Amino acid sequence: MSGWIDGLLSLSQNARWVLFSSMLLGMASGLIGCLAYWKRHSLMSDALAHAALPGVIIGFALLGQKNLTAMTLGAAASALLGGWLIQAIRSSGRIKEDTAMGLVLSIFFGFGIMLLALVNRLPGGGQSGLDSFIFGQAAAMVRSDVIIMSAVAIGVVLLVAVGFKEWKLLLFDPSFARGVGLPVRLLDTVYMAALVVVIVVGIQAVGVVLMAALLILPGLSARYWTRSFGGMLAVSALFGGAAGALGTLASTMGRGWPTGPFIVLAASALFAVSLLFGLRKGLVPALAASGMRVRREVVGDATGEGGRGKRQ
Amino acid sequence: MKTEAMERSAAGTADDGKAYGGINGLDGINDPNGSSGPDGKRDDGRKEISGTRGEVVLRVEGLCASYRNNRVLEDVGFEIRRGTLTAIVGPNGAGKSTLLRAMLDLHPRLAGSVRMFGRPYREGKARVGYVPQRSSVDWDFPTDALDVVMMGLYGQIGWLRRPRRAHRERALRALERMGLAGVARRQISQLSGGQQQRVFLARALVQDADLYFLDEPLAGVDAATERAIMDLLKTLRDEGKTVLVVHHDLQTVEDYFDHVLFLNRTVIAHGGTKEVFNRENLARTYGGTLRWLGGGAG
Repeated sequence: MSGWIDGLLSLSQNARWVLFSSMLLGMASGLIGCLAYWKRHSLMSDALAHAALPGVIIGFALLGQKNLTAMTLGAAASALLGGWLIQAIRSSGRIKEDTAMGLVLSIFFGFGIMLLALVNRLPGGGQSGLDSFIFGQAAAMVRSDVIIMSAVAIGVVLLVAVGFKEWKLLLFDPSFARGVGLPVRLLDTVYMAALVVVIVVGIQAVGVVLMAALLILPGLSARYWTRSFGGMLAVSALFGGAAGALGTLASTMGRGWPTGPFIVLAASALFAVSLLFGLRKGLVPALAASGMRVRREVVGDATGEGGRGKRQ
Repeated sequence: MKTEAMERSAAGTADDGKAYGGINGLDGINDPNGSSGPDGKRDDGRKEISGTRGEVVLRVEGLCASYRNNRVLEDVGFEIRRGTLTAIVGPNGAGKSTLLRAMLDLHPRLAGSVRMFGRPYREGKARVGYVPQRSSVDWDFPTDALDVVMMGLYGQIGWLRRPRRAHRERALRALERMGLAGVARRQISQLSGGQQQRVFLARALVQDADLYFLDEPLAGVDAATERAIMDLLKTLRDEGKTVLVVHHDLQTVEDYFDHVLFLNRTVIAHGGTKEVFNRENLARTYGGTLRWLGGGAG
């Protein structure tokens, strides 16, 4: 433990900013990830992240240098194109949504890797640092990245907080939401835009391959601790922030270590702890209570509780 | 509770009457029988019945809709009058749920018009309540029964506001009316299927609408829930509200509903239960697939 604190104290000013922005990114991912979880968009977020890669490379190739604005815009454009293609393939009829996502994910990622190989052969391309977009390199972030990331994180927190009960209704029962007059289509668009923005700013730190894990794991872990949607959002933001910070810190301990895998490992560790010890559905508390439950079921059967199912 | 709801409903009707009275009046007077189906014979029967009822609150004309490239609804037309409790029956795939969703702008319409209280649905949403199929949502969602019922009030609460004590009390009263006061704070995943269905009913109840659409509210519920739901629907009708129910159990139609709409891609028959619920219409709606056990009608 003290080694970690020493490590934290010895960090340069820049490294502390990087750590801070990874934490903010984790929080934003945790929040948007909760919405994606109930939208059943976990795989969708993975597809969008992978689909961003060609845009990053094209953005670089067009300007011939590492210009973050161009690369971010490229990432957003190609992620949105991927998302649009998934919709288009699905509504064309014959192909189901999961197949469409698998298709778009692998085709865009393969195309991106191919472009990457081409660009790396260009003069100066080898030092472009483009490889870091695959597995993430938080250390490569500069001050302007930190500012962008903070702005995105604050924007996401506000977005979720402002429309808290509206998001809840939209996610739980979209048909009814339309009936009470919610602008369902607008909210869907806003959610999709926020998801893409978080993915696009996140891939520099976490990488296109592992970005989805930072969206999925915190929300999933939070489910083991809370009974309310608000609680799930709060715990998910907490876990996401912790995973971002811990993973970044761990990756600074070795030269050139990619950040993404460490962030995802940290998120996975939090998930494992939740799965085992979570107060709501964790395995250990459930086992402890199971003795009681067995007794109750036996009593329930005796009083004819089993007969109710037959009516259906 | 009941009187309060009735007062509010009466006030709402009066207000709306001022704003839209002309249109409503025309609807009732000029065209009492406008939804003539392909079969002229039925119209006579319906005229008789509709003459004894209140004004037309729902008018559907020439409605067509597709589901996955298949035309499931073809030229559907009918009128529903105030204070009726109508069952929509028909075989699987007849388009019952699609009809409900198409009327509520939840499913695209290829043609036709739907008017509620004389105007399009989107202009009068506040007067319309909808109870989706229980299976249409994920009951694992982390929330409790009271919170779900409160969702029925979100339209009134508005953006950026949190539900207040008054809203919570209204939601609690609706839960009480459905016999669920004891489980208000229980996770919805822990409720039985019947309790979940009653939570949906309570949520529609707090909306205090004048026209209700329910999609299979009695599917897979226990006998006590079925009774509670039917008691509520009959009370709502007696309070002057109008209720449309997609229903699957032909055995109970005569006991529960005063009107029946037979649907199989289009309206096969529509009218008072006593007049149209007979072997002939059942056979025309269900074709050879029906093995109807009841012997009373026909």
